[in-house]
Amino acid sequence: MTNAAIQSRPTRRRYSRFDPRVMWPLAAITLAFLAEVILPGHEKLRNPDYTEFRWLLGILAGLFAALAWASVYLRGLRETLARRGLFIGVLITLLGFVNIATAKLLLLPQIYFPSVSRVLHVYREEYRLLFVDCLGGSFVLLCQGVGTGALAGLLMGVLVGWSERWHFWVNPLVRVLGPIPTSTWIPLALVAFSTPRAAAVFVIAFGVWFQITVLTASGIQNVKKSYYEVSSTLGASGIQNLFHIAIPDALPSIFLGLFNATCSSFAALVVAEMLGVKSGVGWYINWQKEMLSYPGVYAGLIVIAGFCYVFITVQFKLRDRLLRWQKGVIKW
Amino acid sequence: MVSAAIGGTLAPAARTGAVEARDVSKRFIQPDGGEVTALSSLNLTILPGEFVSLIGPSGCGKSTFLRLVAGLISVTAGTLALDGAPINSTGADRGLVFQDPTLFPWLSVRGNVAYGLKIRGVYKEKRGEIQRYIDLVGLTGFEKSYPHQLSGGMAQRASLARALVNEPKVLLLDEPLGALDAFTRMSMQDEILRVWRERGTTMIMVTHDVDEAIYMSDRVFVMTPRPAKIERVIAVEIGRDDNLGRSRDDPDFLRLRAEILRILQFAGKKRQPEYFL
Ligand SMILES: Nc1ncnc2c1ncn2[C@@H]1O[C@H](COP(=O)(O)OP(=O)(O)OP(=O)(O)O)[C@@H](O)[C@H]1O
Ligand SMILES: [Mg+2]
Repeated sequence: MTNAAIQSRPTRRRYSRFDPRVMWPLAAITLAFLAEVILPGHEKLRNPDYTEFRWLLGILAGLFAALAWASVYLRGLRETLARRGLFIGVLITLLGFVNIATAKLLLLPQIYFPSVSRVLHVYREEYRLLFVDCLGGSFVLLCQGVGTGALAGLLMGVLVGWSERWHFWVNPLVRVLGPIPTSTWIPLALVAFSTPRAAAVFVIAFGVWFQITVLTASGIQNVKKSYYEVSSTLGASGIQNLFHIAIPDALPSIFLGLFNATCSSFAALVVAEMLGVKSGVGWYINWQKEMLSYPGVYAGLIVIAGFCYVFITVQFKLRDRLLRWQKGVIKW
Repeated sequence: MVSAAIGGTLAPAARTGAVEARDVSKRFIQPDGGEVTALSSLNLTILPGEFVSLIGPSGCGKSTFLRLVAGLISVTAGTLALDGAPINSTGADRGLVFQDPTLFPWLSVRGNVAYGLKIRGVYKEKRGEIQRYIDLVGLTGFEKSYPHQLSGGMAQRASLARALVNEPKVLLLDEPLGALDAFTRMSMQDEILRVWRERGTTMIMVTHDVDEAIYMSDRVFVMTPRPAKIERVIAVEIGRDDNLGRSRDDPDFLRLRAEILRILQFAGKKRQPEYFL
């Protein structure tokens, strides 16, 4: 190799490039589509005329074709797609197998394990009820519950962690009341609150309140004493130490509490939605189950999974922003 | 300017920052109920704008004395006063650079240095000072770094800048340069002296390095083992050179060093291995 050839290398950097790994999803979609079209449906299959699975694969094919094309020009997208391509492909293949097992071979009782098309059909039939009424309702209820609980927990956690007196009087109460399972409160909540809605908010807020109180208080109590000393010698008053030292230092612990609380609030949400609120995804799933309409149950489960995922992800993003300084210190 | 500084103690502005201890004692109650007397009947007077060093065996109560002056703990008996007013709480007029850097991990270097200004509500007027002190301690370019990304010496320098930017009347330094390499250490000594001269701050520095004490101080207080008293006060009467320190090969320098080491040896009964020769 000549000197000139070596030197010219960096300047010949290619800005557009095709990475074959971005094709994994498309390959899987093709396979699943072929299986769906070629294999005949089982003769006892309910609603054999539903074609939603084909539509889904078609939409996905269009989507991934567009992404694969765009990835030639966009470096970030190419890298992400190349890294995730195989995973997405395997996921779609699994979905193809589920389709074969349910619609083609009827390996499982179809009343409990409906075909993919029937599950997807629910979204077409009831998208208003499911996405607007139920998902919207769940979202508002969860936000109210988590918001109220987090606020109360933060306030009480700070007081218990900061003030001896609050710790003395309130901490035993927190310890006794806190571990009581959420659902145990329902009978009391229904009497104590005038509307079922308020009772539902209370049931969600309660669990959140407890977890955040405990972790906020312990976060504040574990602040190194030397931080207060440094801060004081720089002129800080007691209350300034609280806001500039105790709370920032306790923030990782507070976020851990918020994360735990959010996870358990999903369970509380489903319970709360049974309290005569009669709306929400949790309620929808239970309602469908009682009507032995399992396609609806699965449709609801998928919605709630996506919902929780988004809710947690947003929280992680917020946490990563606020706790930037922890990068490299703690990984969780 | 330099010639005026030679031999002189007070910068023009320094008329405040006098520390006076009268029969100061400090006893600690230990978790097992036992008592430790860290200081007993300690007497000393530090003039406004003076640079003094405290030197003495490990565990004798040097840090305890600085914490008392800072107002972090209170005396068991006796009186401790700043400019005639008894010290009974912490305040921004007395800065303390701790033995450990103790930077706030959630703030960047810049945030740490700016902390005192923000707390005192003078951030807007004084923000220009932040960069000045960061440059002064040689951390230019690391303003956005977080403490866990700094080396031990860098962290110590950042904590020095954090105390300096607050411009206290009295700056208490607890082995501030202990973690630094010989070269950085020497240049930091000169930087501290420059700040001292410029601001007229009273400096009380704990050190284990006899050379450092002689190089920088107007007076060296040699302390006895616990319970600590002042064993001897040694005035360093060697002229300061251009960077305000003393010439290290001056015969008087060597004589003083030998003398301090002898006192320490005598006071400590046996030789303390941690003193540099
Ligand atoms: N908070 C405390 N509780 C109990 N004892 C303490 C406390 N602080 C200091 N002491 C004791 O007081 C004595 C003096 O401690 P101090 O930290 O002042 O020593 P020092 O001279 O700074 O030592 P070094 O040079 O090793 O830093 C020690 O015996 C120590 O055990
Ligand atoms: Mg000490």
